[in-house]
Amino acid sequence: MQQSSERHNPAATQSAVRDTARKLCLIVVGMFGFGFALVPLYDLFCDITGLGGDTGDRYTYEAAELRVDKSRLVKVNFITNTNAGMPWKFWSEKGGVRVHPGEVKEVKFYVTNTTGRRMVGQAVPSVVPLAAAEYFHKTECFCFSSQLLEPGETLEMPLRFIVDSQLPANVKSISLSYALFDVTDFAASQTLLGDTAGGR
Amino acid sequence: MSEAVVEVHADHADHGPAKGLTRWLFTTNHKDIGTLYLWFSFLMFLIGGTMALIVRAELFQPGMQFVQPEFFNQMTTNHGLIMVFGAIMPAFVGLANWLLPMMVGAPDMALPRMNNLSFWILPFAFSLMISTLFMEEGGPNFGWTFYAPLSTEYAPDTVTFFIFSLHMIGASSIMGSINIIATILNMRAPGMTLMRMPLFVWTWLITAYLLLAVMPVLAGAVTMMLFDIHFGTSFFNAAGGGDPVMFQHIFWFFGHPEVYIMILPAFGIVSQIIPTFSRKPLFGYDSMVYAVASIAFLSFIVWAHHMFTVGMPIAGQLFFMYSTMLIAVPTGVKVFNWVSTMWRGSITFETPMLFAIAFVALFTIGGFSGLMLAITPADYQYHDTYFVVAHFHYVLVPGALFSIIAAVYYWLPKWCGKMYDESLGKLHFWLSFIGVNITFFPQHFSGLAGMPRRIPDYALQFADFNMVSSIGAYIFGFSQLLFLYVVIKTIRSGRPATARVWEAAHGLEWTLPSPVPYHTFTTPPKITEAEAHS
Repeated sequence: MQQSSERHNPAATQSAVRDTARKLCLIVVGMFGFGFALVPLYDLFCDITGLGGDTGDRYTYEAAELRVDKSRLVKVNFITNTNAGMPWKFWSEKGGVRVHPGEVKEVKFYVTNTTGRRMVGQAVPSVVPLAAAEYFHKTECFCFSSQLLEPGETLEMPLRFIVDSQLPANVKSISLSYALFDVTDFAASQTLLGDTAGGR
Repeated sequence: MSEAVVEVHADHADHGPAKGLTRWLFTTNHKDIGTLYLWFSFLMFLIGGTMALIVRAELFQPGMQFVQPEFFNQMTTNHGLIMVFGAIMPAFVGLANWLLPMMVGAPDMALPRMNNLSFWILPFAFSLMISTLFMEEGGPNFGWTFYAPLSTEYAPDTVTFFIFSLHMIGASSIMGSINIIATILNMRAPGMTLMRMPLFVWTWLITAYLLLAVMPVLAGAVTMMLFDIHFGTSFFNAAGGGDPVMFQHIFWFFGHPEVYIMILPAFGIVSQIIPTFSRKPLFGYDSMVYAVASIAFLSFIVWAHHMFTVGMPIAGQLFFMYSTMLIAVPTGVKVFNWVSTMWRGSITFETPMLFAIAFVALFTIGGFSGLMLAITPADYQYHDTYFVVAHFHYVLVPGALFSIIAAVYYWLPKWCGKMYDESLGKLHFWLSFIGVNITFFPQHFSGLAGMPRRIPDYALQFADFNMVSSIGAYIFGFSQLLFLYVVIKTIRSGRPATARVWEAAHGLEWTLPSPVPYHTFTTPPKITEAEAHS
């Protein structure tokens, strides 16, 4: 490209321009793709670092692997929220429990469909402090799938979790927050409900 | 076939533009297209400015006076969108169109037809965007940063038009950037080596690369919004496994380079003007080029300083805090170089120089408040307050906008062959300078005291600062009508300008007669060291 300034041949300039423009178009296409690639990259980054309070999928373990650290007690708080426009009632049996790291604990959550129509809800978890997210393992959680509730129905939902014994010593308390979303329309569009979706 | 083309081309040689409206519709002449861009951006500036004055009228006193909160939100949102995408960016592209070919000794832009297209998309894009204000649900009301899910789940249905208009604006910017890079890389006259290019050319070359890198990311972000709204995806919807915070990351990955897109060409303009009126060559040309390049690089790794409060690990906060502060180094190099250029120069204070000096002083104030905002723990206090509003208006109004006004005063005699009225120009400067400071300086204080941005009402203790701010806004706003008058008066009845225009003006464009002929440098000039950059 340096030498292009030295030539005055219009045809040569023309082809140099076309060449540059073509290369620049590649940048544009590449960056448009990069914008979309940021989505999986972001998820990957959050998975690796536990940022965003993402607690990951179902945790599997061998019972023999578990080492309960009786010397420590960690407070785990439960927070239940319903998203704006979600009329269900959503609560946990306890506001919080104290657990030893490595110990399997079960807590019950409840939802009631307060409306007169069949609805689908999805709970999305998040953990603070963010640094604790990767040490919080759920072996059973209602958040792994969505819940279909008939009008007025109440559902008891178990959560089983283990706080990893590797949890950094400075973490004394963990808060697990669930936001409950109304995904009825989404479920209907995905035909998860099949022909029962006509409820609303 | 080729013979016919040559013949037609020969026909075109050495005559002026076509007559009538079709001249502007079908023009491929870089000077015509530059003019179109500049007038378009001025129109958008007046529209966006009117919206700002509606906002300031409502904020003149606490309580609700003139508009509904819903409409207030539409005004703040559209003011931002129109000023960023409709006023500042097209004005810089207009200046690039007018000046780059003349500065590098090229006959025209590299891709003249695409140039026509990239301009003529804009009126359609902005008509579409502004038309939403007259629709049943109103226009975009979610802030110019259109954070999802506010802009997806809770937005008016007209958001789809907004998305499409942003796609069009992005396409226009991308085509403009390809054109600018191809012109600079391929069309330079013999002897115009890269390090002999005027700084305005350098800054635009780097800006164009920034645009190419981030406008497609913006297009991707609004496309994801479109899919979330209409096609049931969940990019930003937590219920479906998406993440609202991810929107902010993607947006600011575009948004932070975008703020440098709006300031780097301003650096270039000021680097042309200050040497002329200081009658000295620019101090530290090479360091200026490297500083711009480093700022451009750093702009890609600091985006999360816009979103410290979303929750980030301490390592992330530290990284984004330090990398942000690092930008102060190359920016400081530039400010010191401008001051050193003026040092012991024989300075005269014509209107372009006044605007350029005001740029250096007031942009630096904006830079300092930026440093304050970069301090993560302090940002928790400043976030989303009027302090942020004061900060970015200081870098965009007496920063980017003043540089554009300075450029118009500086090159207008070259473009139309007539001098502007110096006294009116100075009056315009002083009204703008005083107005802009009265408007935005008090906003630092109301922001530090905790006044949140984007809210139509406020607590009583902010009343005095807001009244002062509103008075300043009206002074500043109406003095821009004086600018319009000065420009029209110059075109109609200015006294003839010389070819050199300014005693110490330096660069290829000043070797051309004033007004510049319709076609220039059809045979490339030969550039020697003496004629290289100022």
